[in-house]
Amino acid sequence: MNKFLNTLCILLISTLPLKADIVVSNWDGYSAPDIMETFKEATGVNGEMAIHATNEEVMGKVTASGGKGYDVLFVSSPFAEALDKMGLLAEIDHAKIPNMKHFYKEAMNLDFDRGNQFQVPYAWGTTGLCYRSDLVSGTPSSWNDLLEPSDDIKGKVTMLSTDRWLLAAGLLSLGYSVNETDPSKLNEAKEKLILAKKNLLAYDDTVFYTKLVSGEAAMAHAWDGWCNYATWENPDVKFVVPSEGSDLWVDTMVIMKASSNKDEAHAFINYILDPAISTWTVENIMYKVPNVAAMEATSGMFEQFPNLGMSINELSKNETMKDVGSAAKLYAKTVSEILAD
Amino acid sequence: MNTLKRNILLIPGLAWIFIFLILPCILIISLSFFERGIYGGIDYNFNFENYSRVVEFTYLKILLNSSKIAFLSGFFAVLFGYPAAYFIYKAPAKYQIALLFLVMLPFWSNYLIRTYAWMVLLNNQGLINTILINLNIIKEPLNILYTEFSVIIGLIYNYLPFVILSIYSSVSKLDQNLIEASKDLGGSSIKTFFLVTLPLTLPGVAAGFIFVFVLSIGNFITPDLLGGGKFLMIGNLIYDQFLSARDWPFGASLSFVLISIMLFLLFLQSIFVRKIS
Repeated sequence: MNKFLNTLCILLISTLPLKADIVVSNWDGYSAPDIMETFKEATGVNGEMAIHATNEEVMGKVTASGGKGYDVLFVSSPFAEALDKMGLLAEIDHAKIPNMKHFYKEAMNLDFDRGNQFQVPYAWGTTGLCYRSDLVSGTPSSWNDLLEPSDDIKGKVTMLSTDRWLLAAGLLSLGYSVNETDPSKLNEAKEKLILAKKNLLAYDDTVFYTKLVSGEAAMAHAWDGWCNYATWENPDVKFVVPSEGSDLWVDTMVIMKASSNKDEAHAFINYILDPAISTWTVENIMYKVPNVAAMEATSGMFEQFPNLGMSINELSKNETMKDVGSAAKLYAKTVSEILAD
Repeated sequence: MNTLKRNILLIPGLAWIFIFLILPCILIISLSFFERGIYGGIDYNFNFENYSRVVEFTYLKILLNSSKIAFLSGFFAVLFGYPAAYFIYKAPAKYQIALLFLVMLPFWSNYLIRTYAWMVLLNNQGLINTILINLNIIKEPLNILYTEFSVIIGLIYNYLPFVILSIYSSVSKLDQNLIEASKDLGGSSIKTFFLVTLPLTLPGVAAGFIFVFVLSIGNFITPDLLGGGKFLMIGNLIYDQFLSARDWPFGASLSFVLISIMLFLLFLQSIFVRKIS
């Protein structure tokens, strides 16, 4: 009996994780599946990869724990900014991340964090329309082609429901800023997005590209990189940035102030920026990275996936998505009301 | 001494209920009187604003609509479940176990996978539409997926086994002498069913219905996947408040309302069962 209990205890203990030097949280599938193993081989640091589905999810976890429990987070720029304003982020020590030398100069001088003081960019891009050129008549060119679709594609359109991007589509179609905080303008966007709902197939932030490939959807509100997944399977899928402009989003890496292994956390970010690892990201995740060496190494993909080859000028023409401060509450409420209607 | 021993045995169970039921409920109730901080945390100033927001038209509509969907799911699950349970009961004894096993079989596979299977069946390029088009029954694919209808199908499918089991347990306890008495006194089969069998098996029906209703009204996965995120049920709204809007206090007040509804229904059911038996 004692032996049995002992075995049980050992089994139970074996389900506890080994103590890791650093804990990183990233979106599922946003970095190489074996990144922690190769990182350990390269640096000897034991890392654990946690997964979050959305920015909001990891924000919820981190704010609830006062920033404890994680060392490095992958979050989109407005959320990095919010974490910084909450005083949860450590200052980035540039001496410990020599691989930042591979960055485009624009990536060192982003609107929300000039000189990369509290975040290091991982990938960047824009948001637009991903469509089946064989199912949509003409080339879509405006946000209104998404919000007020022509009769032949009514009910075959999907939109992102993540709060900033859902509202951005409405705001941009009305000619407003993606960082708008004026309640009456947000209300206008809300009304327009509620009307747009009746022509939607579904809200889809995760697998809209499969709907485009199967033909269930003809047009999707999409991040540039994810549109490439559909183009990869069906060359008729194209991506366009609407004429009203769009956002420049940056997915960043941040180090938590509460981290007790900041050197290892810096080493991890430095490892991610290694040209070989960044090249893997472009080849497999199909997002643009701010790493000159990686983009040059993958230039062969630009013909098949034109949005990867988008120039820095074209990309930075779009408005950088920033934290909206106290308007964040209003954003959350407005999105709840759109989805609830 | 005996009572003491018995009370000691109660401790683990009571501790479990206290830690995993009472304590979280207290946390949720107390959370619901505060407000969301700018960056999603909680600002501790006591107010009732979340509750006045719950009864705003937008959110009240979700509550009513969720109740409607849950009611329809419960109703049809009972409608389909009763004959199935009755059939299993009437089957030769040696098959009953096998049939009950078949009812439980879907639970051996993952809930998400079964829901995705419905998406594959119902979508406008899916199996059902392809067959109907190839048989020339319809010209344009029907939009079944991402509607309230598909959400209800998903909920009925998912909870039907519970209804069958609860009705089966009621039906199998039925005293056969009563049915024979009814027939001896000249009651037709239909009359016997509606005047004897059905009233006596109502506790099983009620348990099954409440079960589907309570589980459906709080469900958020089925409406999300089969409704395409366009039809929020109260469960989705709560999920969104905790995970996307990061408005925990409002989410907590919605949860409290939902818990109250569920408790009230379970209370009604227990009164009902006591009255009948």
